[in-house]
Amino acid sequence: MAYFTQQLINGLALGSIYGLIAIGYTMVYGIIGMINFAHGDIFMVGSFIALIAFLAILGFGITFVPLALVLVLILAMLLTAVWGWTIERIAYRPLRESFRLAPLITAIGMSIILQNFIQVAQGARVKPLPPIVTGGYELFVQNGFEVSLSNIQILIIVTTVVLMGVFWLIITRTSLGRSQRACEQDRTMAALSGVDVDRTISLTFVMGAALAAVAGLLYLLYYGVIDFYIGFVAGIKAFTAAVLGGIGSLPGAMLGGIIIGLIETFWSAYFSIQYKDVAAFSMLALVLIFFPSGLLGRPEVEKV
Amino acid sequence: MAKTGKAFSTERFKTALAEAIIAAWIAFALFCLTLGVKTVDTVTGLTLAPRPVLLAIVVGIVFVGRFLLSLLWWDRDWGLPSIPWPNALKGDGGVAQRAGLILAIAALLFPIVAYALDKSFHLGLPLRYLFDLSILVLTYVMLGWGLNIVVGLAGLLDLGYVAFYAVGAYTFALLGTTFGWSFWVCLPLAGLLAGLWGVMLGFPVLRLRGDYLAIVTLAFGEIVRIILINWTSLTNGPNGISDIPKPTFFGLPFKTGEGGFAAFFGLKHDHLYAVIFLYYVILLLALLTNFVTLRLRRLPIGRAWEAMREDEIACRSLGINTTITKLTAFATGAMFGGIAGCFFATRQGFISPESFTFIESAIILAIVVLGGMGSQLGVAIAAIVMVGGFEALRHTENLQSIFGEGFDPALYRMLLFGVAMVAIMIWRPRGIVGTRDPSITLGKASSIKGDLVKEGHG
Repeated sequence: MAYFTQQLINGLALGSIYGLIAIGYTMVYGIIGMINFAHGDIFMVGSFIALIAFLAILGFGITFVPLALVLVLILAMLLTAVWGWTIERIAYRPLRESFRLAPLITAIGMSIILQNFIQVAQGARVKPLPPIVTGGYELFVQNGFEVSLSNIQILIIVTTVVLMGVFWLIITRTSLGRSQRACEQDRTMAALSGVDVDRTISLTFVMGAALAAVAGLLYLLYYGVIDFYIGFVAGIKAFTAAVLGGIGSLPGAMLGGIIIGLIETFWSAYFSIQYKDVAAFSMLALVLIFFPSGLLGRPEVEKV
Repeated sequence: MAKTGKAFSTERFKTALAEAIIAAWIAFALFCLTLGVKTVDTVTGLTLAPRPVLLAIVVGIVFVGRFLLSLLWWDRDWGLPSIPWPNALKGDGGVAQRAGLILAIAALLFPIVAYALDKSFHLGLPLRYLFDLSILVLTYVMLGWGLNIVVGLAGLLDLGYVAFYAVGAYTFALLGTTFGWSFWVCLPLAGLLAGLWGVMLGFPVLRLRGDYLAIVTLAFGEIVRIILINWTSLTNGPNGISDIPKPTFFGLPFKTGEGGFAAFFGLKHDHLYAVIFLYYVILLLALLTNFVTLRLRRLPIGRAWEAMREDEIACRSLGINTTITKLTAFATGAMFGGIAGCFFATRQGFISPESFTFIESAIILAIVVLGGMGSQLGVAIAAIVMVGGFEALRHTENLQSIFGEGFDPALYRMLLFGVAMVAIMIWRPRGIVGTRDPSITLGKASSIKGDLVKEGHG
């Protein structure tokens, strides 16, 4: 039971990170119907920006951890959002009315560009960061196995819940959210009703990238090492999460992220750690085959 | 002259300047931390080394570039001479076919002519390198043609094609090293096994369409790779399989002395013979792929593939079994992938899961789409440009003299590959070859525009 509880906590923390990335996939897919293949790599760029910002801020002598965290969070969100905006502007917008495969190819191209740009600019070796958020609480001890909840896990879960709340409010309460939902349903009609479609889509990418940056920061704090390749696998898992929860649905992305995180953690804990990615990928195939509209999604109606 | 005056009005200059300043700020935001600061490993952990000059150069390039583009290029009111796009690529019925034939003949003659020229005039050409590069390009041409059956003809988006390549390669590597089976026996076996895998992986995903199919095939490709890494008792894991038998000239090994290829034909031994032989093997395999594809398009099954790509619902309502149609497309494409994999294993002599990453699938798909889906000539051209061009970049020593000692062109190769992928797609979304030859026409055969061909829903 103790072991199980510990894995549950670990899975929730990991799942929260996947959920944050998955929101970027789900919003973009919902609004323009494309898999933003580069999103996983935006997450990776976000974690690199967070790493460098951390080192810079510590270098400036700000050692008060909460302040440093907030500064890094804001900086990483802003700068990564610019990346998201630029990628949409350069690689996706010119092809918006083009055929379906074209943006998928540019997205794969962008993913290659981001990975290799970071590799060229920062080197291929893994980048370690000394633990910033340390300590934690011991919950209970059973049969000599200690169940603990670390501060970083608390930070991850709280940040995720707060951000989810904020974004949920943006989507449901603000005029931007209304425009986004309008574009999701019918882009032409939304444009006719005076919604600035280009701006709405750009802002969707900006929001997705900002959330990916938060995920990147949390990933960096949680694992302590990053490299230029982390975006690929994390991206596929987050996409799985988005599909599992029902693509286009914000709570669905979060739910899917947590389920994927739990599956991966429990699989590693009870079966085999080498095949944890196989578990996640098989989950993706199974969900798509038997459950194409996901847990909280709307079934797609095909018109002839 | 009045036009030129308008083009350089103060108004326009101001707008261009404002846009350039914004672009420079954006570039600064993008690169200030990612490029402007380098993380350096030291004994005590990571430290930062600022690179202000590099950052300034990049931001400056963006500023000047955007300024010139805004001022002179976008919204220009002067005419641009239309670039003469080669007729073969524009497709004028027979021209494309003739161009393809010329390419094929050139490919057939290339090694013999190059070898003869080099030996008779002592030119000292880097023959070994040229042949190796051509073999690599031809491997990708074959893979591209194989995937073209799935993506271009049947309209099924497959992002895990490299899995079948891996199945073929491991088939020969395992059979060749453990049982000593020869390349020529394993070649059809590899194709058969990969085809079976195509059916196996194709079966569960039949219901999926579009991007969902793409992502699931990607997941399958990754699953195959992870299994190859972790099933160490069979595949030797990440260390791969080495000492894979080299191909023989129908039983005659390429070696010096008695019983070798050279001795049998009474020639002087040259290590290039083996490479030239490999070149012809892959050339013939690639041409076979092309030939089979062209013939299949005239058979009912090929017609069904294309019908399914154009409109799946109409196709089904006409009584075509789309399940069988999709599975045959998957299996046929996979078979050629497996055959190419078998060739890859024998050429390299060593394979490991490293060679079968997602990036390979992406490159093959990029070749198909950039060349123009469904166009055989386009795939060949795209493979030559993308693979040949970027492999050649790996060996450009003279660039080192420009950018200094620390410059390693191989590092920038994939970066440029990505840039080229994005640029070509934006410039020509329908691929380099913009026309397609319809499989069936009423009256005179003529090419149609690529835009008229659907991309399929799968």
